[in-house]
Amino acid sequence: MTKFFKHIMVLAIALFMAAPTLAADDFSAQVDALNGKSFSKKIKAIEVLAEADNDRVVPVLRAMLGGDLYALKSDKTVVIAEKRGSVYLVHKADDGADLGQMAKSDIKKVRVNNKVRTVIKGILGGLTLLSPNVEQRQKAIDAVFNSRDESLLPTLKKAISREEDDALKAKMVLTKAAIELENAKDPETLSAALSVLKETPTPDVRSILTRYVASAPEDMKAEAQATLDAVESSLSMWENVGNLYRGLSLGSVLLLAAVGLAITFGVMGVINMAHGEMVMLGAYATFVVQEVFRAYMPGWFDWSLFVAIPFAFLVAGSVGVAMERGIIRFLYGRPLETLLATWGVSLILQQAVRTVFGPTNQDVSSPSWMSGAIEFTNGLQFTYNRLWIILFALLVVVGVTLILKKTAFGLQMRAVTQNRPMANSMGIKSGWVDAMTFGLGSGIAGMAGVALSQIDNVSPNLGQVYIIDSFMVVVFGGVGNIMGTVVGAFSLGIVNKFMEPMAGAVLAKIFVLIALILFIQKRPRGLFALKGRSVEA
Amino acid sequence: MAQSMKQKTVLLGFLLNDRGGQILLGLLAAAAVLVPICNIFVPESSIFHVPTYMVSLLGKYLAFALLALSVDLIWGYCGILSLGHGAFFALGGYAMGMYLMRQIGDRGVYGNPILPDFMVFLNWKELPWYWYGFDAFPFAMLMVVVVPGILAGVFGWFAFRSRVTGVYLSIITQAMTYALLLAFFRNDMGFGGNNGLTDFKDILGHDIQEDGTRIALFLATVAALALGYIICRYIVSSRLGRVLLSIRDAESRTRFLGYRVEYYKLFVFVVSAMLAGVAGALYVPQVGIINPSEFAPAVSIEIVIWVAVGGRGSLYGAVLGAFIVNYAKTYFTGALPEAWLYMLGLLFVVVTIFMPKGVVGTVPAFKDLKKKDGTSLFGKSTEAAE
Amino acid sequence: MQGISTADKLVVPEDTILYVDGVNKAFDGFKAINDLSFYVQAGELRAIIGPNGAGKTTMMDIITGKTRPDTGDVIFRGDIDLTEMDEAHIANLGIGRKFQKPTVFENQTVFENLELALAGKRRVFESLFFKLSGREADHIDQVLEKIALAEKRNWMAGNLSHGQKQWLEIGMLLMQEPDLLLVDEPAAGMTDAETMKTAELLKEIAKDHSVVVVEHDMEFVQALESRVTVLHEGHVLAEGSLETVQKNQQVIEVYLGR
Repeated sequence: MTKFFKHIMVLAIALFMAAPTLAADDFSAQVDALNGKSFSKKIKAIEVLAEADNDRVVPVLRAMLGGDLYALKSDKTVVIAEKRGSVYLVHKADDGADLGQMAKSDIKKVRVNNKVRTVIKGILGGLTLLSPNVEQRQKAIDAVFNSRDESLLPTLKKAISREEDDALKAKMVLTKAAIELENAKDPETLSAALSVLKETPTPDVRSILTRYVASAPEDMKAEAQATLDAVESSLSMWENVGNLYRGLSLGSVLLLAAVGLAITFGVMGVINMAHGEMVMLGAYATFVVQEVFRAYMPGWFDWSLFVAIPFAFLVAGSVGVAMERGIIRFLYGRPLETLLATWGVSLILQQAVRTVFGPTNQDVSSPSWMSGAIEFTNGLQFTYNRLWIILFALLVVVGVTLILKKTAFGLQMRAVTQNRPMANSMGIKSGWVDAMTFGLGSGIAGMAGVALSQIDNVSPNLGQVYIIDSFMVVVFGGVGNIMGTVVGAFSLGIVNKFMEPMAGAVLAKIFVLIALILFIQKRPRGLFALKGRSVEA
Repeated sequence: MAQSMKQKTVLLGFLLNDRGGQILLGLLAAAAVLVPICNIFVPESSIFHVPTYMVSLLGKYLAFALLALSVDLIWGYCGILSLGHGAFFALGGYAMGMYLMRQIGDRGVYGNPILPDFMVFLNWKELPWYWYGFDAFPFAMLMVVVVPGILAGVFGWFAFRSRVTGVYLSIITQAMTYALLLAFFRNDMGFGGNNGLTDFKDILGHDIQEDGTRIALFLATVAALALGYIICRYIVSSRLGRVLLSIRDAESRTRFLGYRVEYYKLFVFVVSAMLAGVAGALYVPQVGIINPSEFAPAVSIEIVIWVAVGGRGSLYGAVLGAFIVNYAKTYFTGALPEAWLYMLGLLFVVVTIFMPKGVVGTVPAFKDLKKKDGTSLFGKSTEAAE
Repeated sequence: MQGISTADKLVVPEDTILYVDGVNKAFDGFKAINDLSFYVQAGELRAIIGPNGAGKTTMMDIITGKTRPDTGDVIFRGDIDLTEMDEAHIANLGIGRKFQKPTVFENQTVFENLELALAGKRRVFESLFFKLSGREADHIDQVLEKIALAEKRNWMAGNLSHGQKQWLEIGMLLMQEPDLLLVDEPAAGMTDAETMKTAELLKEIAKDHSVVVVEHDMEFVQALESRVTVLHEGHVLAEGSLETVQKNQQVIEVYLGR
């Protein structure tokens, strides 16, 4: 029974895209024509039906092939009937309407011969595998791979001989091998199938092989086991690549959240507990920009992020400047008080966003150039939005480094950090530099919010999720050191993702936190500590 | 006779020049007498009647006051700003909660005489080893102080020995409670996961919902707070207390005088964690639940603001602050729920900028009290804060 | 730069209280201390002078355990290696240190400051149950007299003048009853009168303690009438009486030649 449904699924998916259409009335007429007087008329009706864009085609043809297609004696309506003890459960063939139970005497079987059967099989299997449309063939082969029905083998072979797309052809060959492995008897075919499967290590292949090894005949067992081992080892390598990618992705997110912190905390020595809320504001700025685009220039929606990035920078940056001028500057030299006051600001900002936008998640969508993914034959996916975020994070780091190292503002900033009275006496307005530095750090957090809005829920709590991790990154990497922040972010991201499959997401996070707590105690100044007398004092 | 008289004065001498403390202890004694009377003997129609829910609410505030005291001891007197003290409070609470869970016995929904409901639900067959012994009240009470004490000891030993100070210490205490939050959310930790421990029935054989039990819990909390105050007061007015002040103001100078700063910090951190644990244990039966949300970093930071509002470096100030902020919270979350978070946020900002000495150091009536106190504890730090 | 101190290294008298031998310390490649060797005899008053960046404070940090040297030995009382010990341990061995910037406990009274420095009892539980004995109180009174702060005994230390804070800190050193005092620029920021008084105070202290004074102020050094060691770029440049080192050609170059 389940296998039956599998077929239906396969072909329903495959057929869904079939091009020509047949009006509903014509369709009913063609279905009734299946009960034609001669076999040749039936075949003709089948061929017409195969072209129809209707998801009843497959169940009807399957029923005909399986001998479950009947016609009502009363009005010759073609129906599908299943035997249940002494009665039949009857559904209308053309639309599946339930006609209830009927006795054998009420219905008459639609007769088929071998020729008709072959035609149906060919049509069913080849319907879409042989379609001229690549996408349809893609869907069909995926479905066929999942069902792995032996009866599709001839069509599949034909499809392979015709296929010109290399990736599709490989998938077809793989499917053929999988079907052969599960159904063939002679060792030669089995060996050939095994060696094909070995070439494509995916989790699916692993499960096919695992099942086969369990039930394999004695003479094949060793070879099957060897293939499984090879697939597993290559899979684990690919899994490591996947973990690495996911780790880099998480790392880039942490990096974006932490770079701004590396400036406010690392360079200025200000603990800004509202840093996460700057990220949150950036995400909401993105939401607002997208709403405006949706309302006024939907055609340009793909470009909305390019407006959102500077807008988020300005929004978060100006909140940051306001915070520095209004609160933080009164608390320099009192880091613990700064921590508490900025925590208060974070509560206020969260509640303000809740009041304005409501407590629920806001819908921020990705532009088309960020959706989709690079897919590998073995199932590994690199989604474009995460790739863009990695790239964006690196760009931000480069930008920040340039600002710090190459601009007059960066020079003034370093001067003020190192010796405020001297900087003042050189004519640098240290108050202005403080405000701008804090604004820069906060603005970068806002840009991080734009990136996060693409992969995370935009809610008032968005910032809270990242704040502790960002602090960990900065402390781990070494305070006041952008390079350290980069290394810190990526190593935390990667360690997290490598531990997750072993320990689960929550435990992995706990382990990482504990490891960090221990690490900070071993090296309180971080991985890339600045050394020197002034620091040790 | 004369000898013992003299010893007695010496014994409580540290309370003699502590006017604020005397007033606090006096108020606590008065509450211990008046609240039960007003609850039991004053008829409900009278305006002096204290309803039972109010007794428990006051009890909750008192437990919070003890928690604030524990934070003030390390922050106000030793400069250790813990953003993870909620963890010690919650651990004490869980220890009490485990005792209360074991007391449910077979009256739970699933009627299992040994396993709490959530374990039956998770299909566990036997009690995890760390639940052993919690059916015995003395053991559970021992764990209320021992578990937070051990965590504080291990954590502090690592942190203080490596000279993690200032905001770094604050951040890792926050990470500590965050890690515990994540851990306690897990069902397989065996502490009821998300829902925590609740539906308690009895404490020491008395129905936990009964008025008499509620009064007894209230009195126990009054006593614990008074005792906690006396312990803290003794510590801060001893020479050890002055070493703590020295560490707060000039840590490195203290080392060069030959004091092992890390041991002093460790001692006071452990004492503080134990007090927080006791506060948690008293809190849980009065509110009827303990769940992982108590480990949330936000909860721990809120404790700090109680102390800041009252006036850090003043023990009765911490108690006062806990009462002021929590009363305001109860009132506003009822009357203007939207406004409360704004108010709390503003409180953080206003207190740190305009009232760094808290109510006790700003309001004139309290300032006078402070002068008579003998030791002034406020002032700027000598060493540049790191 | 080698040479002068290596000669000293060979002859170490019996009653040496502090012996620094071949110490090096670099911060990020910058050699703050470069093959530093010298010794201080028991009961000696020694002045160490040198231009900014000569490594004077780093040398103090190394002796008192705040900074670990990269190489070399620091030997106290002939057989105690200080390089592996922390500040508290070294302080309890009998080495007291006064910081360049006066560091007293500003939120405690003058009396309490001295009491905290009182020798002995440093353990946690000893402090918890500590009671001041009559004899100890008398000792504090004596020191209060010595540093001329007897009348201000109940003042908050934070309210003292700069010079008074310096004296209080010296007083705290005395309470520790150390064998060796390291005093970093005691005259910095003092009036002339205060400077002379401080010199007198140190000379008196030197009668029963070994004292090492780091100082910039030449008048003050002159007033100390002690043996002088000149540091330059983390290395001993010259040693002897003030007159001898002032005539030393290298010293003149370092101080005036640049």
